[in-house]
Amino acid sequence: MVSKALVINKKDNVATATKDLEAGEELELEVGGEKVKVVLTGPVETGHKFAVREIKKGNPVTKYGETIGTATRDIAPGEHVHIHNVESKRGRGDRVKGAEA
Amino acid sequence: MEFWGYRRPDGRVGIRNQLLVLSSVVCANRTAEAIAEAVPGAIAIQHQHGCAQLGADRDLTAKTLIGLGKNPNVGAVIVVSLGCETVPAQEVADGIAETGKPVVPLAIQEEGGTIATISRGIQEGRKMAEQIARLRREPFGIEHLILATECGGSDTTSGMAANPAVGAASDLVVEQGGTVILSETPEFMGAEHILAQRGKDEVTGQKVVEIVNRFERELLRMGVDIRGTQPAPGNIAGGLTTIEEKSLGCIYKGGTTEIREVLGYAEAPTEKGLVIMDTPGHDVESVTGMVAGGAQVVVFTTGRGSPTGNAIAPVIKVTANPKTYKKMEDNIDIFAGKILDGEETPGDVGQRIFQMVLDVASGAKPKAEILGHREIAFYRIGPTA
Repeated sequence: MVSKALVINKKDNVATATKDLEAGEELELEVGGEKVKVVLTGPVETGHKFAVREIKKGNPVTKYGETIGTATRDIAPGEHVHIHNVESKRGRGDRVKGAEA
Repeated sequence: MEFWGYRRPDGRVGIRNQLLVLSSVVCANRTAEAIAEAVPGAIAIQHQHGCAQLGADRDLTAKTLIGLGKNPNVGAVIVVSLGCETVPAQEVADGIAETGKPVVPLAIQEEGGTIATISRGIQEGRKMAEQIARLRREPFGIEHLILATECGGSDTTSGMAANPAVGAASDLVVEQGGTVILSETPEFMGAEHILAQRGKDEVTGQKVVEIVNRFERELLRMGVDIRGTQPAPGNIAGGLTTIEEKSLGCIYKGGTTEIREVLGYAEAPTEKGLVIMDTPGHDVESVTGMVAGGAQVVVFTTGRGSPTGNAIAPVIKVTANPKTYKKMEDNIDIFAGKILDGEETPGDVGQRIFQMVLDVASGAKPKAEILGHREIAFYRIGPTA
């Protein structure tokens, strides 16, 4: 069977869909040699991510074994992970007091 | 492994043999265009810059113009200026002439207007076309090749499949003694610690961190939030959530070899192997910088689909997004999407990309070149006066 989602690094707490996925779909994923079962809480489009583990608010979201941002709220396994619940920490001039703009 | 190219007087090797009509200033665009139209095969480079520019910004435009003319894919150059601009045609022509290739500067004010300049340009162009047409391709080793890597209109398939495949091709080029340029400084943000560890020494690694810090400081100074621009709206629709995620996928294009040096925009590499160029994330500006630095061929990955090419260096397009490949097959040369299904490895696709680079270097045309895509965009670093 062709996999429908990929986990790139064993440290990752997200998977990336390689097919359009529907709510309620159950996926068996390989995370660092271990099989992990995830049930999607909503639809996930090709190329979008979902959590493979619970990610608590304020904790790092990890892909490629590296931090790609911080969870802005608790994220349950199987939940779509994107700009609505993850925030980048880089290039945030909007947070600097006394900036020019 | 070898490719068939054109030997230039300075020892560099071109993979195209172009007659360039280079406008040095916005005021000369139409005249340059008319000359190129009248000399079949000639290519006009038009842009909005070249005047009322200050200091380092003026210098960068001059360096970019000179670099484009010096690119070994170019056999001869007519530089067309107005005559009163801040980047004078003579300066550009002198810079290009260091390569030993034929260069003629023409100033519209001196020649006596548009028609007189076009007439003189056609005469000079005809002579140059005759001269460069006598050149024959000869076989050369990969050590003569500079490959530019680029990504534009990225989505998550870029970082997971297309970029790793390009990285495998980059490793093959470096292994065979060639040079690969990895660029787009904003798209190192969040991945600079990985690149820093790959510097040939500590100083080189630290330079990568410095160019990223300089860019990020600029964002902080301006008080802007990079989100919405990096990742771009299309990136976000394609699943890319943050600049960190985009960067970590972006740097795969450089492969796995050590970083030999860090170049400024439009600067020519002095080392073989993998080098980094400090360019903006804007894909066309980044490609223009690498081509001005001497890259003869470009491999460009896209997730959402991008049609752009370059006026001087052929651009090979790679996508791993199956929907994009289906919708925009006209624009895509290589499909890397089977990596996502586990049916191919990045190494398999990298081998195909490497072979296509050699074919294109020897004269085969990628789709962007066939369709006449000749996008050029200059990086500006200062206000217009």
